[in-house]
Amino acid sequence: MTDRTPEPAEIPRKAPDERPTWIDDRKNVDRICYALYAVSAALLLVDPLIHKHGPFAIEHWWGFYGIYGFVGCVFLVLAAKELRKLVMRSEDYYDR
Amino acid sequence: MTAEMVPTGALGGLSPGLILIIGALAVPFLKEQARGPYLLLLPVLAFFQLMSLDHGLMGVVSVFDIELVTLRVDRLSFIFGTIFLIATLLSMIYQYHVKGWMEHTAGMIYAGSAVGAVFSGDLVSLFLFWEGTAIASVFLIWATRTPEAMAAGQRYLIVQVGSGVLLLAGTMVHYGQTGSLAFDSFDVETTAGLLIFLSFGIKCAFPLMHNWLQDAYPQATVTGTVMLSAFTTKLAVYALARGFAGTEILVPIGAVMTAFPIFYAVIENDLRRVLAYSLNNQLGFMVVGIGIGTELAVSGAAAHAFCHILYKALLFMSMGAVLLRTGTVKGSELGGLYRTMPWTATFCAIGAASISAFPLFSGFVSKSLIISAAMKEGYFVTWLVLLFASAGVFHHSGIKIPFFAFFAHDSGMRPKEAPTNMLIAMAIAATLCIGIGVFPGPLYAILPYDVSYHAYSLEHVITQLQLLIFSALAFTVLMRTGLYPPELRSTNLDSDWIWRKGGGWVLGRLEAAWRGASAALQQGAIRGVQRFVANLYKAHGPESALARTRPSGYMALWMTLLLGVFMLFAFI
Repeated sequence: MTDRTPEPAEIPRKAPDERPTWIDDRKNVDRICYALYAVSAALLLVDPLIHKHGPFAIEHWWGFYGIYGFVGCVFLVLAAKELRKLVMRSEDYYDR
Repeated sequence: MTAEMVPTGALGGLSPGLILIIGALAVPFLKEQARGPYLLLLPVLAFFQLMSLDHGLMGVVSVFDIELVTLRVDRLSFIFGTIFLIATLLSMIYQYHVKGWMEHTAGMIYAGSAVGAVFSGDLVSLFLFWEGTAIASVFLIWATRTPEAMAAGQRYLIVQVGSGVLLLAGTMVHYGQTGSLAFDSFDVETTAGLLIFLSFGIKCAFPLMHNWLQDAYPQATVTGTVMLSAFTTKLAVYALARGFAGTEILVPIGAVMTAFPIFYAVIENDLRRVLAYSLNNQLGFMVVGIGIGTELAVSGAAAHAFCHILYKALLFMSMGAVLLRTGTVKGSELGGLYRTMPWTATFCAIGAASISAFPLFSGFVSKSLIISAAMKEGYFVTWLVLLFASAGVFHHSGIKIPFFAFFAHDSGMRPKEAPTNMLIAMAIAATLCIGIGVFPGPLYAILPYDVSYHAYSLEHVITQLQLLIFSALAFTVLMRTGLYPPELRSTNLDSDWIWRKGGGWVLGRLEAAWRGASAALQQGAIRGVQRFVANLYKAHGPESALARTRPSGYMALWMTLLLGVFMLFAFI
C-alpha cells in the first residue's frame, strides 16, 4: 500500500508548556538580519579588489552582481504579485 | 550502422537498464521481507555491470533486416547512466518502508526504461524505452488514488505517449530518407529532425509544452515524485545533448525556460509544485548549454544534470517527508516544523543551498560551467537572463521552500521526524551534494569532454556570493516591509488551462455543433432513404419497367447482337 498521510486531527500539536527556541526571540531574528546587511555591505566594499575577466563591460561596473541580484529579485516578486491578479483562481477552480 | 564488437561486461552485453526491468518483473512474487533488500540490490548490480563495460556498441539484436543496438557506452551515456543508477538506489532507500509491490515494480521498470533509453544506440530501441518510461511512471501518479491524481495521471500519460508517437513518426521519416536508424545528431531543419526535436522538447518541458510537469508531479505519491523528478526530463536532456547539441534555437528556448517558471514559483502555494517550477527552470540552464554546443557548454549541461538530479531529489524527499508527516505541503498551512523535524530541515537546507549554487555546494561547480560558456561565446542577453534566473532560483527554491515549511509563522504542528529510511536517503543525497561541491574533480573527470575548469577562483566565488547574498537581502527587505506576497490557497492558471478549461469549452462547442449537424444529417439521411425506396419501388414494383415480362426471342436477339460486337472487336 502507498503511504497514508495523516488527517489534521492526528498530527501532534504544540504543548502548552513548550519552551521558546532561540529563533523565537524577535531580537535574534533582528540580529540575523543585521548580520546579513553587514555581509552585503562587505561584499560591495571588496568588489573593486576583485579582478574580473569577463568580456562584457557591464560586469566591470562597481557592485554589478549585487545590485543586479537585488533589483532582479525585487522585480521578480513585484511582477509575480501582478501576475497573481491575472492568473490566480480559487483552489477548487478545476473541480467546479 | 556497423556495430563494432568489443569485449563485453560481467553480464555480457546486457544493458544495465534491462537488468532493472527484468529484475522488476520478479518483485510481485517476492515475500514482503525479501522485497526491500532485493530492490536495493538491483541498481547495485546494474551499476557493477556498467562499470565492467568497455566503451563501444554492444547488445546488437537483429529484427528482420534491422540492426538494433541496445547498448552504446560512451562518455555521454556513461555519465547519465551513472547518475540514473545512483538516483534509482536513493529512491529505493527512500521508499523502503512502502508496503506492497505495485509502486516498487512500476518505479523499477520506470528507472530501467530511463537507463535503457540512455544506452540505446538506435531510434527504435530509444522509442521502446521512451514509451516504457511514460507507461511505467504514470502508476506512480495513479498510486495516490485520489480523483485529482487519476485525472492528472491521464493527462500526463496522453502527453508522454504523444511525445513517443512524435518520436516514432520522426524515426520512420528519418529511416525513409536516410536508411539509417542510428541515434546520432539530427538536423532540426529536416522534417524528421523537427519531429524528433518536438518529441524531445515535450519531455524536456519546453515553454508551452511544459505544464504536464507542474500538473502531474505534485499529484504523485510521497515517494513517486522523487523518482519522477529524476528521470523523465533528464532523459530528454540527454537525448537533446545527443541529437541536437549546437542547435542555435535551443539557446533562446532554454533562456525562456530559466526565467518564466520562477514567476509562478513565487506565487505558488503547493511547495512540491514550487519545486516542479524550479525543476523547469533548472532544465533551462541545461538546454542553454546544449544549444551553445561547445565542449565546455555540453559538459556543463551534463554536469548540471548530474548535480541537479541529486539536489532536486533531495528537495522532493524533504517535502515528501513533510507531506507524509503533516498531510500537506501547502505553504499557507505549514511553518515552524524545524522544532520536531530538525534533520529533514537540515537536509532541505543543503538541497536548497545546492540548487542555489552556493560555493561549496554541488550546483555551484556545474552551473558555472554553463554560465562561463555563455560568456565565452558572447551571449550577452542570455547571460543576463541566466544571472537573473540564478538569483531568482535562490529566492524561490533556496529561501522560500525551507522558510515556509520549517520556519515562517508557527503552524502549531509538531509532527514526528521522518522515518529512518527516508533520513538515510536524504543524508546520502546531502553528502553527495556537499561532496561534489567541495571536490568537483571526480565529476569533472567523467564529463563528455575533457574540460579544464576551475570553479573556485576568487572572481567566481565573490561574484556568485554577491548575487546570492543580495537576493537574500531582497527577500529580507520585502518580508520586513510586508511587500512579499503571502502564501494563499489558490490555483494559478498556466498553459494547462488550454486543455483543462479551454479544451472543455471547445469540446462543448464542437458537441453542440455536432448535435445540430447530426440532427440535420439524420433528417437528410431519412429523406434520402425514403427517396431511394420510392425509386426502387418505381423500378422494381409490380407496375415498373423491370417487372414487365418480355418474350425470350428478345433475349436471343440481344445475345446475337452482343456476340457480333465481340467478334468484330476480336478481329480488329
